Amino acid sequence: MPGRYTPLLILSALVVGLQLATAATGTSYYLTQLTMTAYYTLVVVGLCILMGYAGQISLGHAGFFAIGGYTTAFLTTFNLAPHAQQPVAALLLRTGLAVSSRDLYGAALTTLHPGLAFLCALALAAGVAVLIGIPVLRLKGHYLAMATLGFGLIVYRVVLGTPALGAADGLSDVPAFVLAPGVKITGGAAGRIANYYAAWGLVILGALLVLNLMQSRAGRALAAIHGNESAAQALGINTAAFKLRLFVFSAILAAAAGALLTHYTGGIGPSEAGIMKSVRYVAIVAVGGMANLWGTIGASALLNFLSLRGYFGIYDDAVFGGCLVGMMLFAPQGLRARATFDRLRAWVRGRRRT
Amino acid sequence: MTTPLLQVRQLNRRFGGLHAVKDICFDVQRQHIKAVIGPNGAGKTTLFNLIAGALPADGGEVIFGGRSISNWPAHRVAGAGLARTFQNVKLFGNMNVLENVMVGGHVRSHAGMLAGMFRAPHTRREEARIRDRAGELLDLLDIAGLADRPAGALAFGQQRAVEIARALALEPQLLLLDEPAAGLNRHETGRLGDLIRKIRALNITILLVEHDMSLVMDISDEIVVLSFGEKIAEGRPAEIQRHPEVIRVYLGDDHA
Repeated sequence: MPGRYTPLLILSALVVGLQLATAATGTSYYLTQLTMTAYYTLVVVGLCILMGYAGQISLGHAGFFAIGGYTTAFLTTFNLAPHAQQPVAALLLRTGLAVSSRDLYGAALTTLHPGLAFLCALALAAGVAVLIGIPVLRLKGHYLAMATLGFGLIVYRVVLGTPALGAADGLSDVPAFVLAPGVKITGGAAGRIANYYAAWGLVILGALLVLNLMQSRAGRALAAIHGNESAAQALGINTAAFKLRLFVFSAILAAAAGALLTHYTGGIGPSEAGIMKSVRYVAIVAVGGMANLWGTIGASALLNFLSLRGYFGIYDDAVFGGCLVGMMLFAPQGLRARATFDRLRAWVRGRRRT
Repeated sequence: MTTPLLQVRQLNRRFGGLHAVKDICFDVQRQHIKAVIGPNGAGKTTLFNLIAGALPADGGEVIFGGRSISNWPAHRVAGAGLARTFQNVKLFGNMNVLENVMVGGHVRSHAGMLAGMFRAPHTRREEARIRDRAGELLDLLDIAGLADRPAGALAFGQQRAVEIARALALEPQLLLLDEPAAGLNRHETGRLGDLIRKIRALNITILLVEHDMSLVMDISDEIVVLSFGEKIAEGRPAEIQRHPEVIRVYLGDDHA
């Protein structure tokens, strides 16, 4: 099909263009927030297909992001050195799955290999998504929203109340993650450009997978579930299995984003697991037009960047709340829908009359 | 005589105090057109939902192609070769006509979620096959011109045709049609009769619920009559027309 990947190429060109623009204007410090924006965008790419395409809302995706981030942070900072004699730690050391270094004060530090920690983070998020998804995805609409909201609350309280996870302070001193030879996911000015491209490269890869999925047999099955679940079942679609697989996929994307952002910023705190974060992801998908992948990526890039640069000030969360209210009132189908403008006009006219 | 394609045995379903389907038994022979008729509230649609797995039965058995499919979930029943349409047409409004019919090809294809994400080579061939097959079915139903139209924008009669095409995409052995003539005008109903015969000629057995008596009497090999959840008669159209109990429930006691 000609033009199938055109939006993806445009997105790639924009990513390159933005980097060149910051280089030309001497504003490459923007790349830090743009890189963080990319990781948050990865979350909404997964949420976009779950919500917009398959029609399953999740108000708990910050929970999966936090599971990814906290698992990574915990496993890559937990010192195995005092436990080196124990069989598991000894095995990890012997197989090279644990790495030794010295901490700031010169003490011996032995931690799990970041690659293994990353896989553990994804596996844990996937496992939790299965356990939560099986009972919860039977619900529809408001009920599913409430149940996933509950899940998000649980994760938030767990990370906030667990001393091993740093409680209110979170975890810090997370080491770099070597994504590819020469590409270290970590903060600092030196790797800024490489990190920017790595992060947006992952968004483009995620978008490519989602785009392919939408135009496949499984994608049609998901759209059928959204369209009419009982008809989908009558056509032989195992709706529970498809919903669960998609839920797990979107949870893995969120966890990967959480894990990598944690490496990038060197730590994670409980606010990443907060309900406001989950609401923010949903608001972005709504602004982007629900099933509109490109709209969602655009909305995420703009809103997250402005938020991270602090343009919204103390109204940061309020902006996202306002977006949700506005979208639900005037454009439940997303900003691009032509109906939006008709509705706005009708609303204005209605006001004038009263 | 060969074994019937579908055997319904003592099927029961209650909704609270209402015994909607009561000890229903009947067979559907291969390549027959069999109709289920009865006054409103007789339990016809409930019976369909029980057979298709959309509702669990309280008791009894459904045997399809020699296998018990009692209480199988709907998607498994569909996969076994039993397709259905709905009384109030359930198309996917978020897709165009061709895509709707392509969803019907789900059980005749295999590509999973990962294969779709990575566009594995075999999935492209499979996609092409599903698409071609959907196109053929649109031709069969004389609606090829609607392929790109959004399903929600069609006239009701066209929607019914799309739904039948979608069900045929399952390549079913048995097709359940729930009131296929409802909302159609006389001309459209006549064409529906021809279509149902055409489908039977494809080696597909048909079980339909229908209120339009001229259509039922015209196309059916056999008819089952339900009243208040019970089977009150079964036989060939000519027998049913003369059956005193059937005349009583349709016309009242004075005529029996």
